[in-house]
Amino acid sequence: MSPTKDFWRRFRRNRGATIGLALVWVVIAIAILAPILYPQSPWRMVQRPFLPPFAVEGFWFGTDTLGRDIGAGLAYGARVSLLIGLVSTLVALLIGIPIGAVAGYFAGRWDDALMRFTEFFQTIPSFALAIVLVAILEPSLGSIVLAIAIVGWPPVARLVRGEFLSLRSREYVQAAVLSGQRPSAIIFRQILPNTLSPVIVLASLMVATAILLESSLSFLGLGDPNVMSWGYMIGAARTVLRQAWWMSVFPGLAILLTVLALNLIGEGLNDALNPRLARKGR
Amino acid sequence: MAVVRVSDLTVALPQGADRPFAVEEVSLSVEPGEVLCVVGESGSGKSVTANAIMGLLPDEVRPQQGRIELGERDLLRLQAAEWQALRGREVAMIFQEPMTALNPLMRIGAQIAEVFEAHGALGRSARRAKALALIEEVGLPDPSKVIGAYPFELSGGQRQRVMIAMALALEPKLLIADEPTTALDVTTQAQILELIRQLQRRHGMAVLFITHDFGVVAEIGDRVVVMRQGRVVEEGSVRTVLSQPRQAYTQHLIAAVPPLSPRPARGLAEEAPLMTVSGLSKTFRSGGGLFSKAREVKAVQALSFQIGRGETLGIVGESGSGKSTAGRCIVRLLDPDSGRIRLQDEDWGAKSGTALRQARKRVQMVFQDPYASLNPRRKVLSILTEGPIANGVPAAQAGARAAELLDLVGLDAAALDRFPHEFSGGQRQRIGIARALVMDPEVLVADEAVSALDVSVQAQVLDLLADIRDRFRLALIFITHDLCVAAQICDRIAVMRHGEIVEAGPTEEVFTRPAHSYTRALLAAVPGWGPESPLTLGRAAAARSGPEASPG
Repeated sequence: MSPTKDFWRRFRRNRGATIGLALVWVVIAIAILAPILYPQSPWRMVQRPFLPPFAVEGFWFGTDTLGRDIGAGLAYGARVSLLIGLVSTLVALLIGIPIGAVAGYFAGRWDDALMRFTEFFQTIPSFALAIVLVAILEPSLGSIVLAIAIVGWPPVARLVRGEFLSLRSREYVQAAVLSGQRPSAIIFRQILPNTLSPVIVLASLMVATAILLESSLSFLGLGDPNVMSWGYMIGAARTVLRQAWWMSVFPGLAILLTVLALNLIGEGLNDALNPRLARKGR
Repeated sequence: MAVVRVSDLTVALPQGADRPFAVEEVSLSVEPGEVLCVVGESGSGKSVTANAIMGLLPDEVRPQQGRIELGERDLLRLQAAEWQALRGREVAMIFQEPMTALNPLMRIGAQIAEVFEAHGALGRSARRAKALALIEEVGLPDPSKVIGAYPFELSGGQRQRVMIAMALALEPKLLIADEPTTALDVTTQAQILELIRQLQRRHGMAVLFITHDFGVVAEIGDRVVVMRQGRVVEEGSVRTVLSQPRQAYTQHLIAAVPPLSPRPARGLAEEAPLMTVSGLSKTFRSGGGLFSKAREVKAVQALSFQIGRGETLGIVGESGSGKSTAGRCIVRLLDPDSGRIRLQDEDWGAKSGTALRQARKRVQMVFQDPYASLNPRRKVLSILTEGPIANGVPAAQAGARAAELLDLVGLDAAALDRFPHEFSGGQRQRIGIARALVMDPEVLVADEAVSALDVSVQAQVLDLLADIRDRFRLALIFITHDLCVAAQICDRIAVMRHGEIVEAGPTEEVFTRPAHSYTRALLAAVPGWGPESPLTLGRAAAARSGPEASPG
């Protein structure tokens, strides 16, 4: 059986993961189709304020305090959430993997220095650090991505370091040393590909965490003021929670389902990529 | 009346395995007071058979048909509670790996007493007294101290003795021993085999002994069952099967067992040594802080030898003798603390950094574990060409050379496009040898290069090593724990103990006139080649009836 086919067979055996993957596809489709579904800007006031859901045709999700379409907000918010989730995870991997790799491969003093540096970031509560960073840099998509990546990379570095520490004494790595390959070639071609399975699993969970973090920042008013996001919608609606439940419930559900789906995918990836650790079915 | 009778047992493997059944229509029985050896190569189904008797099969492996009768009961139909009452009391088991078979957090005495506790036998103080008696019976030194010790304080052989004490605690009728000496050094192995034999006689137990080693069979077995790919190939008394095997497979296996006699010396021309090692030492330090002294292990002390082109030097020793550390210092995976390694006129031991990296191709290594020594994510082509390309050879030329060498080690060129997991252990070891050879080395260090292989594959890989040594005039440094294997390939042998060479000389001399007492002890401990052993007798008979009649 080919490795890809095998991977899918194991992934699909986890039913939760399949559902999660379907959900994420739906969110991605909505994000892509947002300009077609809602040609007008989500910031535009299109109906009377406080319109409950299903009251007027075409506004199934109702409108907010200023008469903006909540459906449009959800669709455009999906774009922001996915974008920030993916990009910030990517940036976190770009910082964490090289640091972990160097620390694990060279060990000794390099390891000590880099791990103390990593711990420095780990000792600061991540949400507080993210708030401070965004506040200093002024809220924008770029600064939010950077802030989430900066609080997100230490676990990646720790994980990669651990894998490198155990793999560097493997015989195939020693054989590569003996054949005169440079340390950089050994790190990137011999060891790194063998550490990717757990990193991919971690990354899928990091996307979920990043989406939550972005929503929390937006909720506090630290989101990018130019883009509509789920967290901002909840934050703006919290004062009218008792009069207009739909304004916070729909974006809340969107966050819940997306994060849940990503976590389910992470678990499925874990089963598929680490078959030996997968729970045994009876 | 047999103690246990397995009849027509078939155990299915889960779908997607390399064959449908782990064991197929296996029948065997163990009579009271006998040692039945089940012998076979890896994947022969010998351990599955033992685990089926113990009710220890993994969830996805299920018995499909057959019976396992212990007295009146069919073990395949037991409920969990019945199993608990039976295990330990009627059937007990010793495992292969003494390092992981004991609970690291429990004192030895408590672990033995636990066996009684599990079966509600004896009172608190009686359990302790019985544990003490058992520790004494299995020959552990200073029983009153051992009873309060933790497993990490004991050596591998001592732990295996504790396992045996636990297995004997309730005087079971049947003892199953699954490769109990495979992880042990040869001298320890001899002691454990002797102990099992003694206890078996004293208690009149039946023993089912699983092993891959015909030497061990000759040493301990009364009857033997030979298995291959889940089926019983041959069965009979050890004496007959080992000296006059009837089936071709058994003949082939026994012929592949390396004998404990040196090859006749080859006439090697005297020439200037290629590599000269003098006074090589390596000490490992661990721990140590402000208040504690660092722990020091002198792994290699003042090692000296010379080796010329086309010659094979065997470095033989038990675990912890420093032989592998020596090998890693010679290929410069480790930096020696002191001493010199000269390679022709170069100071190989003093090279470092880029100069070392560029010179590395001259000294290559073949590793022990064929499953860990090839990168699972790279195709064979990359595995074989990465080294030369890093040394500046054009990719096309490196590829052509890789195909050439693959052919030389006996693999098809189609192998280049495949991943390591698609090959068997022996084939992987051939790829490992080809990987060393593509570098055009002058010195090849083989660190336990055949230890992980089945005996028939072992013989082929040894032949291959000897062949490439002669073809490329390599200086081969062959590191092994196995004297029989060393006898097959080495011109000279150095015996190491506690980091030092205790004896060195031409193979024939070391084997026939060992000068050091440790060498004599090592030779005496090798199982199965005593003057009265069926293996020796069978070999002698085969030699008398002429080489063309001898199997293999």
